Amino acid sequence: MVKFAVIVFPGTNCDFETERAIRRAGAEAERVWYRANLRDFDGIVLPGGFSYADYLRAGAIAARQEIMEEVKEFAREGRPVLGICNGFQILTETGLLPGALRPNRIPRFLCRWVHLRVEDTETPFTTLYEPGEVIRMPIAHAEGNYYVDDPSKVRIVFQYSDEKGNVTEKANPNGSVLNIAAIANEMGNVLGTMPHPERASDRFLGSEDGLRLFRSMVEWARR
Amino acid sequence: MKWKVTVIVRLKEGLNDPEGRVIGNALRNLGYAVENLRVPKYFEFELESEKPEREVEEMCRKLLANPLIHNYEYSIEPVS
Repeated sequence: MVKFAVIVFPGTNCDFETERAIRRAGAEAERVWYRANLRDFDGIVLPGGFSYADYLRAGAIAARQEIMEEVKEFAREGRPVLGICNGFQILTETGLLPGALRPNRIPRFLCRWVHLRVEDTETPFTTLYEPGEVIRMPIAHAEGNYYVDDPSKVRIVFQYSDEKGNVTEKANPNGSVLNIAAIANEMGNVLGTMPHPERASDRFLGSEDGLRLFRSMVEWARR
Repeated sequence: MKWKVTVIVRLKEGLNDPEGRVIGNALRNLGYAVENLRVPKYFEFELESEKPEREVEEMCRKLLANPLIHNYEYSIEPVS
């Protein structure tokens, strides 16, 4: 059975939910402290939370820890690396994904459900979605305002939209360029998402739309 | 040799500074004619080094600033 590492930094707090969602999607998952080694794993998930209390910039200090060299190696080998919320911030800070996550346009913590339009179903994380499909997931962040110099070069995976899939200014919760909510690297094996798929991975949570992201990832890692 | 270093990290010109906007608005509400308030980050530390310029430059690039969205400046003085 394929096995994913869920990396825990000081201040990470979505590790248990993420571990559970991966198991529900049909793989093994193990929470590992950021000083562990990752050799025995088939994929890596950087979960949400507040690594190093978000001091300096969200994700900046975690991104400079030694374990991230191993994560980079994983990514170079084409294996799956998923960053959720703080994990996305860590991935941009390491340079594994382009751009930066700035404080929200209105500088406060946002915690609510959003609609997302699925833009790219060719990544290992989105094969079980339909192109253009509208899904629901929660966001919970203070620094989710995605910025990049040249958005035309970015592989956009989810965009904030209204419930009909219109990508409007009003549907943009944090000021991200082009309503960007999730992106992948060029190869597609590294994904960063501000919305939390693990918080939409069971009907009792209000949506199972996020579970398909983990299922896609697990299916792909099995091949 | 020991140095006293100060570093200022600023959001690049043209990038929105939400914290600055809120603080600027609050000051305007108090009756002050404040405009374009920005909130840079200020660091100060002591550094034992033979090549302080090079090391401080490196620190800024590696961690203290994100070159995509920030500019930075620093001053380095000997500790007396």
